[in-house]
Amino acid sequence: MIKLRKKTPLIDQHDKFGFYGNKFGGNFCAETMRKPIEDLSKLFEKLRKDRKFLKKRDHYFKYYLGGETPFFKLENLTRYLGGAQIWCKDVSAINGDAHKAYHATVNALICKESGKRYIAGDTGAGMFGKNLAMAAKKMNLKCKIFMGTKDISRQAPNVKFMRDAGAEVVPVDSGSKTLVDAVSECMRHYVSNCDNTHLAVGSAIGCNIFLKICAWSTSQISRELKKQLIKEFGEIPKLKLINVIGGGSSALGFWNEFIDYDKKHVELIGVEAKYAAPLSTNAKVAILHGAAQYCLTDKEGQIAETHSLSAGLDYPGSSPLHGLLKDSGRARYTNASDKEALAAFKLITKLEDIRPSLEPAHAWSECIRLAPKLKKSDVLVVNNCGKGYKDKKIYIEQLGYYPK
Amino acid sequence: MKNSINNAFKLAKSEDRPALISYTVCGDNTKDKSLRILNSISKHLDIVEWGIPHNCPTADGKDIQNSSYRALQNGIRLNDIFSLVKKFKKTKSSKPIILMGYYQMIFNFGEKKFIQKCKASGVDGLIVVDLSFPDNKNFAKLCKKNSICFVQLIAPTTTVKRMKEIIKSSHEMIYMISTISTTGSALKYSIKRIIKNFNVIKKIKPSKNVVIGFGITEKTISNLRSADGLVVGSAICREITRSLKDRQNPVTNVSKLVRKLKNKII
Repeated sequence: MIKLRKKTPLIDQHDKFGFYGNKFGGNFCAETMRKPIEDLSKLFEKLRKDRKFLKKRDHYFKYYLGGETPFFKLENLTRYLGGAQIWCKDVSAINGDAHKAYHATVNALICKESGKRYIAGDTGAGMFGKNLAMAAKKMNLKCKIFMGTKDISRQAPNVKFMRDAGAEVVPVDSGSKTLVDAVSECMRHYVSNCDNTHLAVGSAIGCNIFLKICAWSTSQISRELKKQLIKEFGEIPKLKLINVIGGGSSALGFWNEFIDYDKKHVELIGVEAKYAAPLSTNAKVAILHGAAQYCLTDKEGQIAETHSLSAGLDYPGSSPLHGLLKDSGRARYTNASDKEALAAFKLITKLEDIRPSLEPAHAWSECIRLAPKLKKSDVLVVNNCGKGYKDKKIYIEQLGYYPK
Repeated sequence: MKNSINNAFKLAKSEDRPALISYTVCGDNTKDKSLRILNSISKHLDIVEWGIPHNCPTADGKDIQNSSYRALQNGIRLNDIFSLVKKFKKTKSSKPIILMGYYQMIFNFGEKKFIQKCKASGVDGLIVVDLSFPDNKNFAKLCKKNSICFVQLIAPTTTVKRMKEIIKSSHEMIYMISTISTTGSALKYSIKRIIKNFNVIKKIKPSKNVVIGFGITEKTISNLRSADGLVVGSAICREITRSLKDRQNPVTNVSKLVRKLKNKII
């Protein structure tokens, strides 16, 4: 079993080749990309220690993204399920409607520092695309967003947002026409334009530096949560932190500050979409988009097609950091079907005022399964990492309504 | 044939021309057709490259993506590729063949098993697009042990310091990427600049055979004839696509194209 190092940030637990636990990650990329990613690594390592840059980041997080996102108890749901206390870290309240806002903003800031004028990113659900488009506009960068044609049609509100913000949305019509193909096409664009373009990979995936930047950015979530927990409980209570996993960027941010806690104290639970679930269905390790990771493949090693109603989860791979958390036993992974996610949305929105997107609806589904089996003293916190408006059409198609 | 790659370059040099190297995708558009194409074009070529199709090819442009897609649609598997290589080698035993692909296909098959299969079927060299230096050190050693040439790549972004290290660990052939791009796009740099990059590499170690690839077409090939070898890939794949679309025979069309390319460098 892989052992995690205490007091070392998760993102820094790699060897000089970028491997975590000798098994996950690495830099499987074309020679053309080597120099640009090395330059980016150097820049990032400098910036994360640079007080001025950190101040700038915090300034943007506070005034541009709206500051700390709320943390509150769901009284009705807790009463209804009759077990553990259920709390919500409502990351969807951020300006930008999802955790991708942190990551997109940091990437735009890094792009600015690098002196590059173009920024390119991939998106599935459109949350990263939208936030990158906004950040690029704010910082005067030219932005290209790569998105599968299937996702362009099912996440239309976010596409409109990207275009309105002045980004060019590049439709990707190859393969399954979803996130996996968008990431591939975006990486091709980078291979061809790495001399003037900054690549913002949409999740904690890709070559070492890209997943580091991503998880470093979203860790803002757990920094806030830790403070909020102490304010509420006077200490870090016995916790279960439930988060949906697509690539895994929101979970890494939600869990980051709690990795060193014993798992009996703070348990980390990741929820994948049932038919895009490499971590919870014992998939093999494969190389995808520059890194070794748990990934769905066929026998021949070709990357498998996935199926999820949720565009953000419709991805065959997973962050190498989640491979590390799984193999070290620090986190456990399960999954929820489209139907279960929809049922969770229905119940949550009936009882509470939050409107989760399809992605966090998967996490809520696990919370609903788990809570009745637990005691009142147990605290469940769910990361409500995305706003539901983007899925309004899908909810109406599937459920017949979208709550006010 | 231990030194067949070196011999191929020697032969070309003796005729005062660069070696001509093709890239096609094994199984495009069917197993049988791809072997017939290779058999037919190989008489104009010094070395042949065969692509192992993968469905997430992050460094390939549209033309090679299309070829890979067709091959996968027709059910090509790694074991088929090895038996096709064997068939090719049966009639063209002295023609060096290089397999080119993404590391996932090798990783999934198992490195050692993959190399043994290469050796048994007569593969002379390997190019692994996304296994770059220094991550490829062990794999390159394993290749060498089994008399397979591991082809290192050098890009326009590669620094001179890194170049020296790469050349040091390279075998008899080095692949220079002409321009910052995926396969098959137009040359972004002037011919002068590409030749300049080529000369930088040659100066570090003149005895290495350095081939130039990416963006080599009928239009550009003759201007680059001072290289040790030139790789034409996307232009050939494009011709296969066109032939299939026009319901023409890709074997004869591709053969014609390769003959034309050859004529431009002799």
